[in-house]
Amino acid sequence: MSDPVSALNGAAFSGMASVTEGGLAGMITLRGDLSSAKLKDAVKSATGAAMPVSGKVELSEDGGLCWMSPDELLVLVRYEEVEAKLAEINAGLKGEHALAANVSDARAVFRVSGEGAREVLAKLCPVDMSVDAFVPGQFRRTRMAQVAAAFWLDHDETFHIVCFRSVADYVFTLLSTAAQPQSEVGVY
Amino acid sequence: MLILECPYCGVKAEETELHAGGEAHLKRFGPGSSDDDFHDYLFMRENPKGVHFERWRHINGCGKWFHAARCTMTLEVFGTYSAQTYEPPQDIRDAISAKRPDWSWREFK
Ligand SMILES: [Zn+2]
Repeated sequence: MSDPVSALNGAAFSGMASVTEGGLAGMITLRGDLSSAKLKDAVKSATGAAMPVSGKVELSEDGGLCWMSPDELLVLVRYEEVEAKLAEINAGLKGEHALAANVSDARAVFRVSGEGAREVLAKLCPVDMSVDAFVPGQFRRTRMAQVAAAFWLDHDETFHIVCFRSVADYVFTLLSTAAQPQSEVGVY
Repeated sequence: MLILECPYCGVKAEETELHAGGEAHLKRFGPGSSDDDFHDYLFMRENPKGVHFERWRHINGCGKWFHAARCTMTLEVFGTYSAQTYEPPQDIRDAISAKRPDWSWREFK
């Protein structure tokens, strides 16, 4: 059995904000009718999280649901449990027009926290990062400089970023460059 | 800078999060149509100075296609609306009429 490793093996940088590669994370992409009771039940029983509304994430003890588009969810689970959870979701979706796929190894995750975290993201994404506009529980798909990325803010003012594994190094370099000490723009 | 609100996810997306998809409400003429219809479908496009209707895709976002009505001269946006329609909805037409009473675009006014 091979040992799974995350894209950057927990690389970290500390400047005006701390940037950490988040390690292995279980992720399932689910497309289907988000208003269907069957689908809601399936993801609720797999993650313990409720169905998020547009632009939000719902987190539970060790999972979560991110609203990706009107017909797509990103299901967050523990990496070790992803295959079991996928089977559970598929069983719950029997007869439903939906598709669930394990995308864990196609992704990388980062955490950005600290006083300058909002500034770091604001330098890289065309998103209003002010305290009033971007609140905990918010989930946003956007671009980070030249690549697609998505992130949410938890209740401890930590941003969680998801990107493709193939651009993990690029994203880590972006984040650590944007987080250089004394590089505050001073907007947020 | 052009900012369009995606009607599917509600994000006010700046131009770099979007992908331009060309003219809106084209009627496709494919196999079996006349040469003239096929030619017009392939090549003839509006190029207005003023009110224009376009398709856009929220590519760095929810991924959905949608429609936008805007002014090519001032970049004023009159509104965005669903892709699941053959013509601009009444509320969009009313919003344009409020600002440009004499507007017309193809067969729409
Ligand atoms: Zn959108």
